[in-house]
Amino acid sequence: MRSIRNWGGDRRAFLKGSGAAAVALSFGGGAVHRGALAQSDQVNVYNWDTYIGDATLKTFTESSGIAVQYDLYANLEEMYAKFQEGNPGYDVIFPSDYMIETMIKADMLEEIDRSRVPNFANIDQNFLDPSFDPGCKYNVPYFWGSVGIGYRKSKVEKPDSWKVVFDSDQYAGRIALLADARFVLALALMYLGHSANSTSAEEIAAARDLLIKQKKHLKAFVPDSGQDMLIAGDVDVVMEWNGDVLKVMAEDDDLSYAVPNEGSVVWVDGLCIPKGAPNLDNAYKFINHVQDAKVNAEIANTIHYATANKAAREFVDPADLNNPAVYLPDEIVAKCQSLIDVGEALKLYDEAWTAIQAA
Amino acid sequence: MESWRRNKLAFAILTLPPSAWLVVFFTLPLVIVWLYSFAERGPQGQILLAFTFANYDRALEWIHLSIIWKSVWIAAITTTLCFVIGFPLAMGIAFAPRRFKNPLLLLVVLPFWTNLLIRTYAWIAVLRTRGFLNFGLEWLHDQVAGALALVGLSDLLGPFQPLELLYNQYAVIIGLVYVHLPFLVLPVYATLEKLDKAYLEAALDLGAGQWRMLWTVTIPLALPGIVSGCLLVSILSLGSFLTPDLLGGTDSAMIGNLIARQFSSSRDWPFGAALSFLLLYATFLILWVRAAQAGRSTASEAA
Repeated sequence: MRSIRNWGGDRRAFLKGSGAAAVALSFGGGAVHRGALAQSDQVNVYNWDTYIGDATLKTFTESSGIAVQYDLYANLEEMYAKFQEGNPGYDVIFPSDYMIETMIKADMLEEIDRSRVPNFANIDQNFLDPSFDPGCKYNVPYFWGSVGIGYRKSKVEKPDSWKVVFDSDQYAGRIALLADARFVLALALMYLGHSANSTSAEEIAAARDLLIKQKKHLKAFVPDSGQDMLIAGDVDVVMEWNGDVLKVMAEDDDLSYAVPNEGSVVWVDGLCIPKGAPNLDNAYKFINHVQDAKVNAEIANTIHYATANKAAREFVDPADLNNPAVYLPDEIVAKCQSLIDVGEALKLYDEAWTAIQAA
Repeated sequence: MESWRRNKLAFAILTLPPSAWLVVFFTLPLVIVWLYSFAERGPQGQILLAFTFANYDRALEWIHLSIIWKSVWIAAITTTLCFVIGFPLAMGIAFAPRRFKNPLLLLVVLPFWTNLLIRTYAWIAVLRTRGFLNFGLEWLHDQVAGALALVGLSDLLGPFQPLELLYNQYAVIIGLVYVHLPFLVLPVYATLEKLDKAYLEAALDLGAGQWRMLWTVTIPLALPGIVSGCLLVSILSLGSFLTPDLLGGTDSAMIGNLIARQFSSSRDWPFGAALSFLLLYATFLILWVRAAQAGRSTASEAA
């Protein structure tokens, strides 16, 4: 092998030069990226996937001249993990009820100045004092939905109680539950007559034992694709979000959705401004745009969830408005509960879930 | 080749980038996570820097150890199946005519170029109740029933019952074996390739049959590659969480799922870190035992 000394000075100089260039590029690039976040003509939005209208971002840019940097997250924990070490540069986020409460307690959210969001007046009164954010000071309600039972009409009669998935072997081997510890245990607690946000070890243990007993009749715990199992014929009864079941109902007439009489867990998402947002003005403009009646209705007609914006309902597709799977009837909403942060008790839920999985 | 001692500056320049990369992106994060395993969890799931063994105490509870034990068991089954399927495959490629070797290797490596998630979803499409495997079996069933009907035994078979192949332990093992097979085939192939074929010819000349040659000559000589491959497959399958999550049923939770959950919905990073390091300590122990064994055997050979 040739001696390294024979390479000649130009090889070494090339290595030195390229190394220096790489270092300079990384620093310079970082500066460019940080600068790009705080431009006057941009807003950085962080949202769930498929949770905005087809035309929303375009109409916003056209009407205000502000470009939208739109990023996606798959679940709330992913979003929360990014904010653990400070705001990475987002102006608007869309967390759900218990996550809003968690972020308020961790001092991560800006108080919403309603004078800068004139369209706040469009919001339905029922959403203005939620348990996770008293007085609705840190969020602007966006959309809401429920967890219910998707089922195949030809094989399953309309389930009117959670007993069908929690306490009976009628459809043994054809049931799938969500793979979410909080939601499943909350519904089991509600079935047993307790609060969905119980922090009592005995009540959580009772819910855990109920599920361990039922486990042999379940086919699987699915993270988010229960509706795919339903439409593929692997299961006939599935606990799922209403929007997901609606999606497959559009493809297969034999499927339907029902919320049992004991009530369910209702989730609400809200628009929030995290502390340290680089483009505060643009954030308010974006939130105001999204809550405009027509813009909000266009979103509702794209994503088929229920909007918290009363003024928008005038323009929402009547098929959705009259669909009890989307806009739950008031008497069912009265029996529903929302998830709130349970603080230290989250460990109890996690241990109960581990015990259920390992049983 | 020149000794690195004679040109320390050149050696330093060449090894600095990979070493720096390794330290910054591997060692440093590992140390950070190790420190987390001694930390405490705040009420909203924040990480409070502290020094406590509470996480390890919790990780050593029986319920978590039972999950670890089940995962070890599944990893062992996966490794055995990978060996049974992969060793003949590696032998076939190593002893194939020269012009077939590269295409055959390519066929083994090609699935790697597809994302793991997509490959796992593909198995769902194959194994589920209305999946390709059951479609094939249903077609077979109909053909046989049709043939029987011709003979007049039309009701012998009865209606077709699809096999429940998905959402249970079997599907998880099929998925794991499929994903980790190349990890066993490639090291074993590399070892067999470097094997001096003269040993095998000598064994045959001295009167050994094919099977005897396999057990007493080929496998012992290929042992380093086999051990590397098996170690790789067992360590990788021990930590898998995607496959049990997608293909498994209600009793398929592995330690990987438990750890992943701590870093997402349970927001208990210190506990997740403690569980991960429990696995890491066990892995280090195994590797240290193997290294000590290898050291002893080379020492005894040199003696």
